[in-house]
Amino acid sequence: MPEIKVTPLGAGQDVGRSCVLVSIAGRNVMLDCGMHMGYNDDRRFPDFSYITQNGRLTDFLDCVIISHFHLDHCGALPYFSEMVGYDGPIYMTHPTKAICPILLEDYRKITVDKKGETNFFTSQMIKDCMKKVVAVHLHQTVQVDEELEIKAYYAGHVLGAAMFQIKVGCESVVYTGDYNMTPDRHLGAAWIDKCRPDLLITESTYATTIRDSKRCRERDFLKKVHETVERGGKVLIPVFALGRAQELCILLETFWERMNLKAPIYFSTGLTEKANHYYKLFITWTNQKIRKTFVQRNMFEFKHIKAFDRAFADNPGPMVVFATPGMLHAGQSLQIFRKWAGNEKNMVIMPGYCVQGTVGHKILSGQRKLEMEGRQILEVKMQVEYMSFSAHADAKGIMQLIRQAEPRNVLLVHGEAKKMEFLKQKIEQEFHVSCYMPANGETTTIFTNPSIPVDISLGLLKRETAIGLLPDAKKPKLMHGTLIMKDNSFRLVSPEQALKELGLAEHQLRFTCRVHIQDPRKEHETALRVYNHLKGVLKDYSVQHLPDGSITVESILIQATAHSEDQGTKVLLVSWTYQDEELGSYLTSLLKKGLPPSTS
Amino acid sequence: QENDASVRLKIASLLGLLSKTAGFSPDCIMDDAINTLQNEKSHQVLAQLLDTLLVIGTKLTENPSVRMRLVEVACKHLTDSSHGVRNKCLQLIGCLGPVEKGGAKEAESQAAKDVQKIIGDHFNDQDPRVRTAAIKAMLQLHERGLKLQQAIYGQACKLLADDYEQVRSAAVQLIWVLSQLYPESIVPIPSSNEEIRLVDDAFGKICHMVSDGSWVVRVQAAKLLGSMQQVSSHFLEQTLDKKLMSDLRRKRTAHERAKELYSSGEFSSGRKWGDDAPKEEIDTGAVNLIESGACGAFVHGLEDEMYEVRIAAVEALCMLAQSSPSFAEKCLDFLVDMFNDEIEEVRLQSIHTMRKISNNITLREDQLDTVLAVLEDSSRDIREALHELLCCTNVSTKEGIHLALVELLKNLTKYPTDRESIWKCLKFLGSRHPTLVLPLVPELLSTHPFFDTPEPDMDDPAYIAVLVLIFNAAKSCPTMPALFSDHTFRHYAYLRDSLSHLVPPLRLPGRKLVSSPVSPSVTPHEDPSQQFLHQSLERVYKLQHLDPQGIQELLEFTIRDLQRLGELQSELAGVADFTATYLQCQLLLIKALQEKLWNVAAPLYLKQNALASAAAKQILEETYKMEFMYSGVEGRQVVIIHHMRLQAKALQLIVTARTTRGVEPLFGMCEKFLQEVDSFQRCFISELPHMQGSFVDKLLDLMPRLVTSKPSEVVKILQTTLRQSTFLHLPLPEQLHRASAHIIEPTGESDNPLRFTSGLVVALDVDATLEHVQDPQGTVKVQVLYPDGQAQIIHPKPADFRNPGPGRHRLITQVYLSHTAWTEPCQIEVRLLLAYNSNRSKAAAKIAKSTWSESLEALPQPESGIEGTIPFSKPVKVYIMPKPARR
Repeated sequence: MPEIKVTPLGAGQDVGRSCVLVSIAGRNVMLDCGMHMGYNDDRRFPDFSYITQNGRLTDFLDCVIISHFHLDHCGALPYFSEMVGYDGPIYMTHPTKAICPILLEDYRKITVDKKGETNFFTSQMIKDCMKKVVAVHLHQTVQVDEELEIKAYYAGHVLGAAMFQIKVGCESVVYTGDYNMTPDRHLGAAWIDKCRPDLLITESTYATTIRDSKRCRERDFLKKVHETVERGGKVLIPVFALGRAQELCILLETFWERMNLKAPIYFSTGLTEKANHYYKLFITWTNQKIRKTFVQRNMFEFKHIKAFDRAFADNPGPMVVFATPGMLHAGQSLQIFRKWAGNEKNMVIMPGYCVQGTVGHKILSGQRKLEMEGRQILEVKMQVEYMSFSAHADAKGIMQLIRQAEPRNVLLVHGEAKKMEFLKQKIEQEFHVSCYMPANGETTTIFTNPSIPVDISLGLLKRETAIGLLPDAKKPKLMHGTLIMKDNSFRLVSPEQALKELGLAEHQLRFTCRVHIQDPRKEHETALRVYNHLKGVLKDYSVQHLPDGSITVESILIQATAHSEDQGTKVLLVSWTYQDEELGSYLTSLLKKGLPPSTS
Repeated sequence: QENDASVRLKIASLLGLLSKTAGFSPDCIMDDAINTLQNEKSHQVLAQLLDTLLVIGTKLTENPSVRMRLVEVACKHLTDSSHGVRNKCLQLIGCLGPVEKGGAKEAESQAAKDVQKIIGDHFNDQDPRVRTAAIKAMLQLHERGLKLQQAIYGQACKLLADDYEQVRSAAVQLIWVLSQLYPESIVPIPSSNEEIRLVDDAFGKICHMVSDGSWVVRVQAAKLLGSMQQVSSHFLEQTLDKKLMSDLRRKRTAHERAKELYSSGEFSSGRKWGDDAPKEEIDTGAVNLIESGACGAFVHGLEDEMYEVRIAAVEALCMLAQSSPSFAEKCLDFLVDMFNDEIEEVRLQSIHTMRKISNNITLREDQLDTVLAVLEDSSRDIREALHELLCCTNVSTKEGIHLALVELLKNLTKYPTDRESIWKCLKFLGSRHPTLVLPLVPELLSTHPFFDTPEPDMDDPAYIAVLVLIFNAAKSCPTMPALFSDHTFRHYAYLRDSLSHLVPPLRLPGRKLVSSPVSPSVTPHEDPSQQFLHQSLERVYKLQHLDPQGIQELLEFTIRDLQRLGELQSELAGVADFTATYLQCQLLLIKALQEKLWNVAAPLYLKQNALASAAAKQILEETYKMEFMYSGVEGRQVVIIHHMRLQAKALQLIVTARTTRGVEPLFGMCEKFLQEVDSFQRCFISELPHMQGSFVDKLLDLMPRLVTSKPSEVVKILQTTLRQSTFLHLPLPEQLHRASAHIIEPTGESDNPLRFTSGLVVALDVDATLEHVQDPQGTVKVQVLYPDGQAQIIHPKPADFRNPGPGRHRLITQVYLSHTAWTEPCQIEVRLLLAYNSNRSKAAAKIAKSTWSESLEALPQPESGIEGTIPFSKPVKVYIMPKPARR
């Protein structure tokens, strides 16, 4: 039985360091290669020694696919390809390829330059790694080798995020990466056709959440910002440089535009400018509104949003500042937070998830007094707001995607175990498909039942369709032909052609059967009786009485002879070819029952 | 019978075109076509031949045997292996399949059933195009009046899960049709043994399609949702709640309902931090994520990626909310959210929607807040739509009113051009909520119990806005004026004169209502004035045999009365003006006939002659005005208008006959006149019995004589009939409105000339409101009149017209001016014209069908192609100055 094996090296019942190994029809594919934010030791990267203890990974993997540029999906890539060693192709979409090295470089800088770690990948390694990348377009089918092909679908989430379909022959797997089923201000919604894969590997970050309408959140957000600014307060929005930041920028930019507001908006990081540049370039990956209006004006050319300078934080008057990082654990956002925390007119809005232990998590949990380094106590008087703007599909979105793709199996990754459990139950109940949720390192095996394509010769097809009614797509159809298996291919041809091709002579297989009947009469009279009987029973067939005393039913021959010993017993010789087996055996059983008592 | 298939294809398509042309009898080629169909091998040619047959069949709809035969032919070819041929067959069956009901023979109805079955069989065809064609054919049958069987509902439901979007889209439509046909029948739910109404089931299924993968299907589904008004209310309300996942289709015990409350809280909303930890599950069986399709359909639709879907969803919401007040209340929040959509069309649409349902709802304060936030939008359309909305909303608290006022004033300072619109808005706001305004008055007028406060500036638009609000509220709140200070009363008097359309008459203490010219009762007094109108008309109609002098005087008085009435009673203005114009025509006619000219030899009375012919001309003009400037004119009136026009033409003829020498030109004129009479008779043959004793009636009696006689005699006859003919009673139509236009911009007050280099163009913004204009895109034109007499007529783009309300249009356009250099700045006139074309007139439209076929041999309609324009707005003067170009 053919099977698909899936082993998560990361993101199995967990969020972070996404890395899933898939073996399908003898090919091995690695999906994503991410790092974990929560760890600073070896656990931050997936355990590649699982694949092979020694030697290069190239021999074991056919390709690597990166779904999008977030570090928990691509952060381990240089380590994997340069330090562990992999030379095969790496596939990602164009925007991912463009933005990914910026983030990797930034990540490297923070780890090496700030934290002083050694034994980390270098800039050169990132460059070398990116040389191995093959960029793909949406809906473009890429042949990795003769049989393995991959295809990217739009996934929303961030710029360039894609879902990938991996297909070998008739077996296929769809890996969603992270995706979003509700469109936002700058990206569209994920979309997939009814590709009916054998397995759908989906993220499940929001397995237990069904979010309110996006508009409520946006409206709340804008209202809060607007109110604070009108009061003369300052608004701090800690964000990560890419993704949400752009969405919120567009949101505020359009709002400012519409409402003709004058308060300045600042964006704090240099990295964003570079990234914004790519956002401007990859217009085709954005949503309908931006695509439609970019001719007049590119939405990413912000009019109201300016670069932030450290000195601006002390400026009087209202302002809105986007600062990195998003969880207030270090850097500029924390500095600004400390400056502004004391004033109750100000506000901080947390637009996303915060890991435990960060300042962001603390203030969200309601702590009003924070202990900073140096034993300082910081009293938080400013308002703290949380608003979920993360671009993952919620439970309903996940279900919707499953409904669109109609997979035969579902596998959940990228989520918390407890929540997955809940969703798994739901999926099994709703769609009646089996659902899996392996932990890291645990292998799930899925048996597939692939259909095998067979070439049929045109002549045979035409002949067969001519006999029956129109072929019905939904019903199986019986047909006669010869299956030739040769050079790993299957062909269905008519018997004559098969004989000719294979150089074989035609043999005829005939079955002969004798049936004894008690009948004292003459042979030809018996024959006549049999003829009359058969004619009465088999109304749909042509029954003929030949002049030499034999009877034919279609191509079946029946002869009556007297028994050599007992003249009262007549022997009926029934003979038919293999093709007429069905009718022949029916006839014999009919004759064995005997003739009806004759009336004549 | 060419060998080449493509040649045969072309021949077949030519035959199709040929049978489409009028006058060609397709019977003869039908047999040929059917015969060739039998021998044809090429699929493309087959398909084309079937198409031809379809055209033939639609031409011969009256012949059932032909149709039966064609349907049979089509059925035979349904088994063809090419999808194209099957497609066409199904189309043919759809268009021609028998639809006779009831009275027809039993065999016929049998055939009808068969047709449905045949089409139904093809719902499972292997080719998606054929499946689509099958569903379309079914819909076609429905459109032609065949009652579809309920049995196909199940089949259609299966097709909703089809792989191809066009199939799904068509299936959604089919389900909708079925749900309208059998709303109350009961269908079982497959998962359980419960049963629900079909319309509810269909509603659920269509809701489900709102989250379809293809946006074409989503738009379709969202649109259709709006028209399913029989759906039960709890299903409707489900569409707004995403989280209520439980399968509400089953009736539950109270116990289960309690569980549901719990389980609906099972999912976190993503709004609060940390509430998404999974809770203990109680009853996962009750929670159903997908199957209960209706859940959150609108939530999904409203946040769809494509704005087409969002607009469709808003429209659907509007339609459903109009029929169900409770749903309106619930969907309010969502609509308010749509005010913040990123696409302007969606925002605009949702504001319009809100206005339409506004009588069902009362805005809460927080909702009002969001609504008002949109006032700061920089798009003028949005702001004006919002003002319209505020005109008819109900606000629940006095804080709400205050908030609205503050926001509107803010809007006013930010966008001073919105002045008119905001005042109007406040007028309605005030008159709708007098009791809420009352406690706000001291604050608004900043009066103080002890101290005199400074008198506000009378020209401040913001102060005027406040006063408009207060005065309108005071109209139905008699205690309010007590709170006014002295200067308020003075300002009232001023505003009452200067902005009389915004400030209502008030019953003020100390003033005996001398200022208000209208009778003081607050309730509109339609009845007396209506009565007056009728009475005065009766008077006119009755006194026909008075001496001419008396008639003239009476007419003059009545016209004056009517005009005055029109000024006073805006509701009756249309009718009054209309009648006045008619009477005016009549008066002119009588006057013209009274001229002494008729008794004296022609050459002596050239002066009087001028008067009569001028009268004729004026009557003609007035009749065109009557016909085209009023909306709501019915057939009866049109007849009378035409009749009047005919009389005017007769008058013209007589005058010319009197004044010109020689008979030659008269021949032509007589001919023409007779043709007109003829066409009049053809157009209004059905109305003639109503016109006893009229000019035409008499004329038609004399017709045989007229045709044969000489022009001079004709003239004589005409003259006598004109004199003798009685005056036609003009029945009053129900609703009559005079088209009018008001140019808001340019205001014509500017002293600074618009300077531009001669030879180049300058764009002049024109902003006008049009009332009661039908089809403004086609008829309204802008005329620019230069001082040298040069006139320029500009046809605005259709997109420049907006439709803010029923019967009203707004024209915002740019007019390009250019001229050679002038030495001095000078004024040009801009005005709006209403173009008409007598071909387009209602009468012509009415006869178009009947006369079209014989029009080739019949005389060309004499009045066809008469085009003209009626100015219907006051001209506005614009000061411009083209400068000579500098070299």
